[in-house]
Amino acid sequence: MLKLIITRLFQSLITLFLIITFSFFMMRVAPGGPFDSERKLPPEIEANIKAKYKLDQPLVSQYLGYLSDIMKGDLGLSFRYQNYTVNELLYEGMKVSLTLGSLALLFALLIGVPLGIIGSQREESILDHLIVSTTILGISIPNFVLGPVLVMLFAILIPIFPAGGLDSFGSYVLPVFTLSIYYLSYITRLTRIGFIGIKRREFILTARAKGLSEPVIIFRHMLRGGILPLVSYLGPAAAGIITGSIVIEKIFNVPGIGQHFVQGALNRDYTLVMGVVVFYSTLIITFNFLIDLVYLVLDPQVKYK
Amino acid sequence: MRDREKEENFITTVASLFRGNAQLRVGTIILLIALIVALIVPVFSSYNFYQNDLDLGTVPPDIDHFFGTDDLGRDLLVRCMWGLRISLLIGICATCVSIFIGVFYGAAAGYIGGKTDALMMRIVDMLYAYPFIFFVIILMVIFGRNIFLLFAALGAVEWLTISRIVRGQVLSLKNRDFIKAARVSGCPTLKIIFLHLIPNCFGPIIIYTALTVPTIIMEESFLSFLGLGVQAPMASLGSLISDGVGYMETSPWMLVFPGVILCLVLFSLNYIPEGLRKKIDPVR
Repeated sequence: MLKLIITRLFQSLITLFLIITFSFFMMRVAPGGPFDSERKLPPEIEANIKAKYKLDQPLVSQYLGYLSDIMKGDLGLSFRYQNYTVNELLYEGMKVSLTLGSLALLFALLIGVPLGIIGSQREESILDHLIVSTTILGISIPNFVLGPVLVMLFAILIPIFPAGGLDSFGSYVLPVFTLSIYYLSYITRLTRIGFIGIKRREFILTARAKGLSEPVIIFRHMLRGGILPLVSYLGPAAAGIITGSIVIEKIFNVPGIGQHFVQGALNRDYTLVMGVVVFYSTLIITFNFLIDLVYLVLDPQVKYK
Repeated sequence: MRDREKEENFITTVASLFRGNAQLRVGTIILLIALIVALIVPVFSSYNFYQNDLDLGTVPPDIDHFFGTDDLGRDLLVRCMWGLRISLLIGICATCVSIFIGVFYGAAAGYIGGKTDALMMRIVDMLYAYPFIFFVIILMVIFGRNIFLLFAALGAVEWLTISRIVRGQVLSLKNRDFIKAARVSGCPTLKIIFLHLIPNCFGPIIIYTALTVPTIIMEESFLSFLGLGVQAPMASLGSLISDGVGYMETSPWMLVFPGVILCLVLFSLNYIPEGLRKKIDPVR
């Protein structure tokens, strides 16, 4: 068990290293630099700017310097937002994006899992068909369609929620709902399939034969195995919610990391884009590592091997 | 004679697939209507997708323009149909790329087995939870927003699941007698993979292909919505929606029509594999 955990940890670190390396060199081979503009800069100024951002050094030493800075937790200076470090920009955006993302994931889990369990217990009933159809609808409506439509309905036609910004409790409702609906549907489907797969197993039959009550069967016996597919989906889900939040931030005019990323990419703000990539990769890889641990605890087949 | 029998057999198989399967029927009918309309309307319409009519400005839906016009006076119906064409085209092409990579990678890993397999699958695991759309965004920005790059980039990030599925199938198939027989009779490895293993994985491959198309259409629209996908004057459903959002208070039809079309297409594309799965994979 311990050996498995250490191997996973090691693999996570390697993945992170590869992602950093790959992104670094991809950004540097790109044609066109961040300081190219219509007006040609005088050579001395250009040299000064390059020296400030260490762009005058050979590529390899830039790379090594970047790596050692990351080790110290320093993501460098933003190329475009002068006088800001990437850390400052990330910190500002992160507060917003992570709040949105975690609220959305929480909402999706709190509604999705019970719905999936209900569907699986009443398989092929009208309620179940309704759940299945609604969830297909849920994964078919892109958030960039749902978001504006919700704004149109609940902020412009019937003004009960603000159309943008994040300054009151009410202003969280629409963005969180929009962001979570796809994952809510997907989680419902996975839970339903997981529970349907497990409810015909023999140990459930035994539990029924013993005369255990339905809630006990569901929560003591089925839950553990039934949510396994869901657990392994949480990693991709977290990655997806982070991506989705780019759109949500644009629609609802929220100053999160996603906005920084798209703007940074368009402005060729290499350090900022790298910073976002590195930060999110670390976050997701850590998250996946934790999920692996949860999986180990939950899955009896892995545990006793 | 024999050919005809085969043909009838094929027709009855397809017919039995649709019988008593509302999900498959509904999905296929909506999709076919969308395809036909997308192909026919631009041909017969007197408008085209790039012609501006600035005097017109935004006009609500009427007899001349069924879907109204956009801010530059372009006919929205024709633009939506072009957008639908582009979205479907990208969906299908990028899916082909991803299925090609995924099937080959998965089959190779499963068939070779052992350490190679373990390594190849760990790579897939590592890539799995990475928000790849970031890489696609960087790629689009760096190398220009080119539609062929979009096919390749989206295809290249969506092959992971299919490779896992194919690998699982190949693992369970490779010790079956007919594969052993092929190996004993000196059939080369590549031939075994392509002629004997992959055709036997077609069921799951088809279901998963059907699931990948809507995913990719969604991703393409997402990129176009951010202004990183298909470039003006060409339109995809995503860029039309993005335009529509800007004018949604004054001319909501610019958002509603492309939005509804995209949802309908995605809905039908998601419904089809649901129906297929019931027939091909009765356990789930």
